[in-house]
Amino acid sequence: MTWNEMQPLLTQGCVDTLYMVLWSSLWSVVGGLPLGVLLVLTDQGGLLRNAPINRVLAAVVNIGRSLPFIVLLVALIPFTRLLVGTSIGPTAMIVPLVVGAVPFFARLVEMAVREVDHGLVEAVQAMGGGVPTVVLKALLPQALPSLVGGLTTTVIVLTGYSAMAGAVGGGGLGSIAVTYGYQRFETTFMLLTVAVLIVFVTVVQLLGDGVVRLLARRDRAVT
Amino acid sequence: MPGAVRLRPVLDSDGKPVITTTDLSKVYRTKDRDITALDGVNLHVAQGEMYGVIGQSGAGKSSLIRCVNLLETPTSGSVTVDGRELTALARRGSRGRPKRPTPQLRAARSSIGMVFQHFNLLSSRTVRGNVELPLEILGLTRRERSRKALELLDLVGLADKAGVHPARLSGGQKQRVGIARALAGEPKVLLSDEATSALDPETTRSVLRLLRDLNQQLDLTVLLITHEMDVVKSVCDSAALMRDGRVVESGTVPELLATPGSELARELFPLGGEVGGPERTAVDITFHGDTAAEPVVSRLSRAYDLDVSILGAAMDTAAGKQVGRMRIELPGRYEDNVVPIGYLREQGLQIEVLPATEPAAAPAVSAAAPATGLAPAAGASEPAPEVAK
Repeated sequence: MTWNEMQPLLTQGCVDTLYMVLWSSLWSVVGGLPLGVLLVLTDQGGLLRNAPINRVLAAVVNIGRSLPFIVLLVALIPFTRLLVGTSIGPTAMIVPLVVGAVPFFARLVEMAVREVDHGLVEAVQAMGGGVPTVVLKALLPQALPSLVGGLTTTVIVLTGYSAMAGAVGGGGLGSIAVTYGYQRFETTFMLLTVAVLIVFVTVVQLLGDGVVRLLARRDRAVT
Repeated sequence: MPGAVRLRPVLDSDGKPVITTTDLSKVYRTKDRDITALDGVNLHVAQGEMYGVIGQSGAGKSSLIRCVNLLETPTSGSVTVDGRELTALARRGSRGRPKRPTPQLRAARSSIGMVFQHFNLLSSRTVRGNVELPLEILGLTRRERSRKALELLDLVGLADKAGVHPARLSGGQKQRVGIARALAGEPKVLLSDEATSALDPETTRSVLRLLRDLNQQLDLTVLLITHEMDVVKSVCDSAALMRDGRVVESGTVPELLATPGSELARELFPLGGEVGGPERTAVDITFHGDTAAEPVVSRLSRAYDLDVSILGAAMDTAAGKQVGRMRIELPGRYEDNVVPIGYLREQGLQIEVLPATEPAAAPAVSAAAPATGLAPAAGASEPAPEVAK
């Protein structure tokens, strides 16, 4: 394969991967953030203590976390078809990606929120704040550095998942690596896609670390 | 003198209480047993008072203050703050669920300020942002919030730190921010949960002075809990002693002084001084503010031609009135001193004659006598002539 042959494939692969990762990250936050917060609130000693709901949520998260992604990918095909009309292509892949990442991100959110000092919750309550105020003004802002750290990890995991999704017709870098690099023995092309993935993951990690560092600066006595 | 005691004129203890707890009980149920944190606590805090609740850790002080704004729901009994019965505003939780605060309770809470031992400031917000938080809950506009927050920070002397994050402040400054935040809802009542316990003595004094100033300027009623007698000693008008979830003693400082055998009075005005010997009579005098100490002692000396030694004293003077206790020693046995002691009683003073046969009757606290700004009129360092021989 010449560079001229590889270049459009790579470009398309990058666009598809970015598309899948960005959208699935977004939806994972939309789903995982409330789920993680609810896990803390409904737990023993939480503000909305509710053992049955907590047990159901925890079970959902645990099941979601323990299923291998490749199984989820295949098992969800009918559901994906119902939702998007097709089970092939980057848009269709967003469904299993989100289903796989929501429980993962929810656990990270839970851990981040749990670390917030209970005294702050008490302070907001003493001011007359209700549960939404506690969550929006104390828990989430205080947990923000850990939440960003968790999001970084989630985006990277989603990148890996999206490559896997490529194997079942999802498109993106994973897909072209399998079709061209693996099945047609184009080693150079394979290495190229791997290199692009490494660069992508590194950039995400550096960005995430940078934001975390920026946010953590306020917690230190000396900047 | 920094942090000097300024006792206010005796408060009208019949004044309408701002905080009242009636038969307040709190039982924590664990799997194996029930732990009683509060056991029928009746507390009456009058308008404009600084009320100190003292006790060792585990005595139930923390539960008590948390029950006042219902951060903890009492198991039984009622709490009334500023005429509103808060216990009636809590919504009953069903089947083991926590009792969710009603909007009325939340509104009531926003007019009760609270400061915490560990400040509980949001590190994610600037100092000003922290003070604005309760104002956001109250629904003020951005402009009003900003104006009010700066005003409050000015009040606690931190106007120049508005844009700084709490991590860059010292402990005392953090607590000042905590106080500014607690005042945001223009409360009539301020609850202080060991607010100075994480601070060094110097900072403690300045924070207490600030609380005292606010108490006087804003006619703010302050309920503070502490395990340090010095805190009560330096700022409180009234005090209560807690032990095992019960209030053992309570009252205004003069009331406590007037109570024979009051533990709090003894702790607040500790007396030292070794009694000279069997041929001497030691007398503890309690001054309630109606009689001045020094003229009494010198008059006693002149009238009966006695050499009066002052063994120890813990006195405080406010507006010309002297409150406190003094231990004096008269030559001769008790039998020889019946008349002078009778004279002291006639002055309306509370007199306690120490048993003469026990020279070691002086409490062990002698050296620790007045630890705060209490100025000892005389001390054990003044040797009685007979002892010096």
